[in-house]
Amino acid sequence: MLQAVGLSCRRGERRLFSDLNVKVEPGTLLAVVGENGSGKTSLLRIFSSLLPPEEGSVLWDGQDIHQLKELYAGQLTYLGHLNGIKDDLTPLENLMSATSLAGEPCSNNGAKEALEAIGLKRPIHHLPSKVLSQGQKRRVTLARLWLSTRPLWLLDEPFTSLDTASTGVVTQRLLAHVQRGGLAVLVTHQEVALPAERLQHLRLAG
Amino acid sequence: MTVNWSKYSAPTAFYPLAGRLIPWFSVMAVALMGVGLYMGFFVAPTDFQQGESYRIIFVHVPAAWMSMFLYVVMAIWAGVGMGLNARLSFMMAQAIAPTGAMFTFLALLTGAMWGKPTWGAWWVWDARLTSELILLFQYAGVMLLRTSIDDLRRADRSSAVFALVGVVNVPIIYYSVQWWNTLHQGASVSMSTGSKMAATMLMAMLIMTIAFWLYSIAVILARVRCIVVERDSLPVWDEKPAVSQEVVEVR
Amino acid sequence: MNRSSMWEAVSGIVKRDLLLAMRRRSDAAMSVFFLVIVASLFPLGVGPEPAVLRTIGPGVLWVAALLACLLSLSRVFTADYVDGALEQMVLVPQPLAVLVAGKVVAHWLISGLPVVLLSPLLGLQFGLSGDALGVLVLSLLLGTPTLSMIGAIGAALVLGVRGSGLLVALLVLPLYVPVLIFGAGAVTGSMAGVGGEANLSLLGACLVLSLFLAPWATAAALRIALE
Repeated sequence: MLQAVGLSCRRGERRLFSDLNVKVEPGTLLAVVGENGSGKTSLLRIFSSLLPPEEGSVLWDGQDIHQLKELYAGQLTYLGHLNGIKDDLTPLENLMSATSLAGEPCSNNGAKEALEAIGLKRPIHHLPSKVLSQGQKRRVTLARLWLSTRPLWLLDEPFTSLDTASTGVVTQRLLAHVQRGGLAVLVTHQEVALPAERLQHLRLAG
Repeated sequence: MTVNWSKYSAPTAFYPLAGRLIPWFSVMAVALMGVGLYMGFFVAPTDFQQGESYRIIFVHVPAAWMSMFLYVVMAIWAGVGMGLNARLSFMMAQAIAPTGAMFTFLALLTGAMWGKPTWGAWWVWDARLTSELILLFQYAGVMLLRTSIDDLRRADRSSAVFALVGVVNVPIIYYSVQWWNTLHQGASVSMSTGSKMAATMLMAMLIMTIAFWLYSIAVILARVRCIVVERDSLPVWDEKPAVSQEVVEVR
Repeated sequence: MNRSSMWEAVSGIVKRDLLLAMRRRSDAAMSVFFLVIVASLFPLGVGPEPAVLRTIGPGVLWVAALLACLLSLSRVFTADYVDGALEQMVLVPQPLAVLVAGKVVAHWLISGLPVVLLSPLLGLQFGLSGDALGVLVLSLLLGTPTLSMIGAIGAALVLGVRGSGLLVALLVLPLYVPVLIFGAGAVTGSMAGVGGEANLSLLGACLVLSLFLAPWATAAALRIALE
């Protein structure tokens, strides 16, 4: 279970939010919405431990994530604004390298299946990533969701640059994840098509 | 009367305390500097080998000591700031750097003034002078990191990391004269073996060192007050923005 | 987390960086070309007197190697910072200092090792004899990894800061000076007949110290840069 207690965040001289309390239970997804600049990405980065909060703490199963350090990192998959894709590697190499580094190595076939699941066909797997479109690169990153066994998923605007079909595929994958007891926090501008009992909304006014 | 020191860790509480202390330190500093300079320039005996020109050491040696002490103190404040995440610690480190740099420059300048009549050259690349020059660059690096980075928190922490990394250089400067047999005098004032200099010379140097310490404390406290004003009165948008949670029933 | 998965993560990083360098060979080539150009500037500026060149040779070669390392620092973390691979690396469930050490080792293999291998040829240009050449190579072999380790601290501190090229030079050069003194001193000592062992062992000590301490400072600086 992920819990934020009294979180406040300041970027530069602006206080984005203060005294934020929210709980994400296993099997649910928290959708963080709000205007641009309201602190959604900062909140997600605080959850990922990349950004320390100005005040307050984040608890994972009751323990402060900054005490847990690498133990907490091993519980999550974080896909931020930046894709983490190396332009000189192929999608296949990128995916296998990313999962292997994260501690969840996959087989060649496993990676290929993940790429196909998100709509990237076989011929694309061996092209250098620099020739891919923005949407295709985003999909290479999202393919990690098919290979991740981590309980907590933190996704920053995963549906950006995706067409309707791919959005549906990713939503299905999210549903499967929460049905297995996983948690997810999403920053998104779009409505997430999940059943109401598995969905929470948090609106930041900024 | 017990003093609750921890309440002074907030910059706004520290400000008036610093203000009350500055006049004391300034007056004592000026007084001691007067005494020390008088002793050094008029009372201490003429050196057998170097004549009158040696008298510059009464400024040079205390300035060099201060440059090293202040760097270590700055690094300690940097470390405390990183460990406790205390803004005042970072402000103290920020306040110390310019004074430390000034003493380093003074040590180099007076070293050159001493070197010309003694060794015949304005500058020699011996171990201690070179490492003192490196110390000046390190101070410059600490200050430059701070001014180049816009985000205050990142500026604080980056220059703290750099200050801590550079602390390795300080013992190297201190021991460099022993490790390399170079032009510089061996440490003629050491704690354990007693000194080789006449007692009045030693006394004058120690007085000057204490005077420089007091001066540093006064100047640093004044600078910290400026920094507190500059940083704490920045317009922070403190209205608590609304956070609304539409928690749809989680069954 | 156990030992083997830590080594797997580190070797994964090294392999990926080496693969990227092979796909974009210009990086390694640039360090080597820079070394050759800078070393060639000195005989052109100072005059081709063999005795003079032999005297300044060790220092010139060491300064050129140091500057080549300095220039290569902009490539240690910047690409990963820009495309998001760096924040993924920080979130790997292994000690970041160890991962960073791996990254710097890969960087040295790409930018530093070619300098070490080319140095005997340049030493000949300056008229250094057999023994001195050997000491030169050994001193660079011990010194350039140290320069990479220390330089990575500076590179991490200035990630994304404007004017970072000049700033990293100002931060890192003061820390490089002891290594330069020991390195060039080893070669001049060997040429003067007093042997380079004292300076070489000091270089070795610097290397060990930087291997153990620098990655922690670099990891701290990376986390600060990513906040």
